[in-house]
Amino acid sequence: MRSFEKYFRQNRLPHLWCPGCGNGIAMKAIVQAVERKGFTQDNTVIVSGIGCSSRASGYMDFDTLHTAHGRAIPFATGIKLANPELNVIVITGDGDCTAIGGNHFIHGARRNVDLTVVLFNNDIYGMTGGQASPMTPLNKKATTAPYGTVDRPFDACHLAQAAGATFVARSTAYHVTHLTDMIEKGLSNKGFSLIEAVVQCPTAYGRKNKMSDPSKMMMWMRDNAVMKAAWDKLPAGDRGEKFEIGVLYEDQYTDYAAAYEEVIDKAGGNK
Amino acid sequence: MKSEITIKMARCKGCGICVAFCPKQVLALSELSKVYVKDGEACIACGQCELRCPDYAIFVDKKVSQ
Repeated sequence: MRSFEKYFRQNRLPHLWCPGCGNGIAMKAIVQAVERKGFTQDNTVIVSGIGCSSRASGYMDFDTLHTAHGRAIPFATGIKLANPELNVIVITGDGDCTAIGGNHFIHGARRNVDLTVVLFNNDIYGMTGGQASPMTPLNKKATTAPYGTVDRPFDACHLAQAAGATFVARSTAYHVTHLTDMIEKGLSNKGFSLIEAVVQCPTAYGRKNKMSDPSKMMMWMRDNAVMKAAWDKLPAGDRGEKFEIGVLYEDQYTDYAAAYEEVIDKAGGNK
Repeated sequence: MKSEITIKMARCKGCGICVAFCPKQVLALSELSKVYVKDGEACIACGQCELRCPDYAIFVDKKVSQ
């Protein structure tokens, strides 16, 4: 038994994710980052929404909260403001975060609440049977887009950056150690951190798009993920399906709990 | 054998990620779609299988030489 397994609810394993699902890899990256940071099971809270990704909270042995669809960030904001000492980690999926909880996401980033949001991006609504999500790449098939989706996808990282997040990073299920590093950096940041973990969904997404083998999907990640420094030098014409990984944006700004504390001071609440 | 491979059968779902990423073709899937060690001698204990197993079913430890 590896040391990170103490953060799992052993009686809940094996998890119910499909064979080859990348969520398990991303969940392991989170607990390993937590272990490296030295957080304990008592000062860490995991909050998740609804979806395949959000099942993770049930397998993790911390104080966990499985909330309403898309509403993980508001719940997490409440926890953080009630007790700013806690380390609050939000686990969410691409549909949960950018569609149903889209506004909560941008406003969480705008307020710079000290949360670490790990977005498991599997490009699809897996749990409900493979509907196209706002992050399904253009022209890829889904049950609601049998001829390929015509909607332009969101880039959650750009969205978070534009909305005011102070740490934005992306990694993939293939780059496990890199993903762990990114989450660790996100946990270190005082403010809103978004880490997009690109994970494979062989069942709902892969089968529809000629990539039903999970290892092939991971090889696709290996071949198409480009580190930020190399990406910046890559001519726009050569980018194609490729995407950038690494720390995409970092900034310093007062976090919401600190700003709120100032308001309490001004109003005489701390006297 | 340079390494010790531990497989938790109850957790293995037979996705084949460990088999695909093994650089020495040590692992294979059985008829029942579970992983097994085909050629343990070839294992170099790189840990690629353990790193990417989504079900925490396989663990590789380097054997300390006596």
